[in-house]
Amino acid sequence: MMAPIPALRLEGIVKTFPGVRALDGVSFEVLPGEVHALLGENGAGKSTLMKTLAGMHQPNEGRIFIEENEVVMRTPLEAKAKGVVLIHQELSLAEEMSAAENIYLGELPTKSFGRVDWKTLYAQAGEILKRLNCKFGPQTRVSDLSIANKQMVEIARALTVNAKAVIFDEPTASLTDAEKVVLFDIIRDLKARGVGIVYISHRMEEIFTISDRISVLRDGTYRGTLVTAETNEDEVTQLMIGRSLDLSRNEAQVEFGDVALEVRGLSCGSLYRDITFNVRSGEVVGFYGLVGAGRTEIAETLFGLRTPSAGTILLEGKEVRISSPVDAIANGISLVPESRKEQGLVLGMNCRDNITLPQVDDLTAGPFVSDGAELAIFEQYRDRLEIKTPSWRQAVGNLSGGNQQKIVIGKWLAMRPNVLIVDEPTRGIDVGSKAEIHNLIRELARSGYAVIVISSEMPEVLHVSDRVIAMYSGEIIREFTAAEVTEDNLVQAISGIRADKVA
Amino acid sequence: MADPRLKSIGDLLARQGILIAFAIFLVGFAVFSDRFLTPENLETVIRQAAIIGVMAIGVTVVVIGGNLDLSVGSMLSFSTVLVVDLHDKIGPELAIIVMLAATLVLGAINGFLVGVARLNSLIVTLGMLSAIQGLTLIYTGGKNVDILDQETTWFAIFGRGHILGIATPILMFLGLALFMHVVMAYTPFGRRVYAVGGNPTAAVFSGIRRSRLVFSTYLISAFTTGIAALILGSRVMGSQNNVGQGYELLVLAGVILGGTSLLGGSGNILKTVIGVLILGFIQNGLLLMGFPYYAQWLVTWVVIILAVWLDIAAKRGRLLSPIA
Repeated sequence: MMAPIPALRLEGIVKTFPGVRALDGVSFEVLPGEVHALLGENGAGKSTLMKTLAGMHQPNEGRIFIEENEVVMRTPLEAKAKGVVLIHQELSLAEEMSAAENIYLGELPTKSFGRVDWKTLYAQAGEILKRLNCKFGPQTRVSDLSIANKQMVEIARALTVNAKAVIFDEPTASLTDAEKVVLFDIIRDLKARGVGIVYISHRMEEIFTISDRISVLRDGTYRGTLVTAETNEDEVTQLMIGRSLDLSRNEAQVEFGDVALEVRGLSCGSLYRDITFNVRSGEVVGFYGLVGAGRTEIAETLFGLRTPSAGTILLEGKEVRISSPVDAIANGISLVPESRKEQGLVLGMNCRDNITLPQVDDLTAGPFVSDGAELAIFEQYRDRLEIKTPSWRQAVGNLSGGNQQKIVIGKWLAMRPNVLIVDEPTRGIDVGSKAEIHNLIRELARSGYAVIVISSEMPEVLHVSDRVIAMYSGEIIREFTAAEVTEDNLVQAISGIRADKVA
Repeated sequence: MADPRLKSIGDLLARQGILIAFAIFLVGFAVFSDRFLTPENLETVIRQAAIIGVMAIGVTVVVIGGNLDLSVGSMLSFSTVLVVDLHDKIGPELAIIVMLAATLVLGAINGFLVGVARLNSLIVTLGMLSAIQGLTLIYTGGKNVDILDQETTWFAIFGRGHILGIATPILMFLGLALFMHVVMAYTPFGRRVYAVGGNPTAAVFSGIRRSRLVFSTYLISAFTTGIAALILGSRVMGSQNNVGQGYELLVLAGVILGGTSLLGGSGNILKTVIGVLILGFIQNGLLLMGFPYYAQWLVTWVVIILAVWLDIAAKRGRLLSPIA
């Protein structure tokens, strides 16, 4: 039997940006009916490769083949016409239009005089949505859809062309477990129809669930391809970062200090109710729960971004009123927010200025910002967190996700807080940086910080926390010590099963 | 596309495009008119550009903070009318104080609506543009105002005087620009303005009081407009009700020519100065070359479009967007 013709094949792709060789002779192929996972740390070249495939970047060298015909794709439209579709991590839909209009955007069926043929449009779009098992109709406005359903619209868009290869970039980043199952069904369905699928994700367990082969990039070079069924997470991680990742349970037995933060009966409308907990200095308390359980809202209240409707907050035993981030900072509370790009960083600003932003008022010589004081802080946290940047002048937007996250953490460590709240510390960053950030959180606790970690990843919560608080629908269901907590009882707790019924 | 020389020319244009354009204009006009490069003419141009320039300094701060201020034109009319009218009634010292206070109140209204109430700055300041025009007409009852004793009043110093042999408007313009440049580039306040313009949410999450900051940027643009009114009133020694009409666009043109992004978060006061001077030199050069006065409006428009286009083209490496 002849070897199958690859749906998409790249040969020796080189792509350089000023000062960076983003891709250095990368070759890669995806066969029809195959799910080929693409792995690599942030900055390894995945995004660049993907954008090259989708016609958003032109390679400096190398060739691209679709079904062994060499092609040049100058624009995303051209790529799509040739059968290569990219499903973005950040969705690109027209929010105010219907699902159907989005699906056929740019190629709406028309009647005479260029009028839109709504009947045909809705019928065709409805057909595709049905094929995807979507519960919403083609006339639904996109802004009314959940993120998962918006993603379905993106996928539906891919199905309007005769796609030969579909690239999924971190598709599950904002999906719930149930939605993930639906997505995987769709991927399997595409696969069964002979579409080649490139699947990019940081989440190891997904890759092992869905993929047939795994290719790894590191520092812009191709490191090898493994057959999923014949490998394991450790081998893949080794290939990615050159060592293995420790996600063992946290079993450290340490003496904690005094209670640094205590929260009594805190409520905020319908977001969360009657929240009571404390954090000692030297301790990491993990908040685990589903998206929407109220964890982020509690963090935002502690940081003065929301006003609680009832309850008290005590710092070192004294009641405090926190009505703005300014108050929170003055009281020694730092928040590393959930979304680093929207809430954590000014992307156009340089690394140094981002790190010193919350305290720029105090870093002055006379009326002026002191260059020396700022640089000292930048260098201290660059070295401590091993932030990789060519210079402090580099705009933060040009750094990889892991390094951006370290800048946000550095910015808040530099405030020398008593209580550090970290919301989703490793969202969207690669395995290597993840381990570094986990170690850092443990290390911070050891040096006396009271740390709250909010995370949706169970291994992460189990790995870093001394205590775990499980939340469901705005309430604390149960509090576990590191010794008590298991994956099973934690899953039960966050699914809304009461502790007393479990016990 | 892959020609490295083309790339470096693009880079150069992106970084220093405005300076290069400036140099080309100066050389061009110098070749076509022998009066252009004389010290007298240069002084005239800078002196005339000073009013727009002073206003553009404040507006640059607003724009870096992520907002617009289109009300400065009619604010200039109001403030000029006020200071000229009050000059003879309560004396120049009090007139100046009352005028500046009134101008700051107008700026505070802008600042409150945009900064605190979080209304869209385009709509707020466009509304203020017409509201202040109305206010001016109500104040004067439609009549023009002027200063009777034009020969002896010390008020003349702002528009007509010289200090150390340099025309006062030029000193005020360049002095204010230098001061504001230092504030924006080297003080915590400046840093906060860039942060709020670059990412308002992240700025709030960093403990910056965004409302207060935006409010103060509007006070600054009102203040610079008040100073511009001082120069204008003193130079003309009288004022029409609509003397500042259209200035908001010239001011904004100077800001844009200086490379300040209308999206906020980036920009530079000294480059705004150059942007304003380019506008001034174009207008002057065209007049000297014998073009009718009205030609300058067209040419100004072409220059702005070209400047913005080249800036974007240099950033993306081609003239037209690759995405249809």
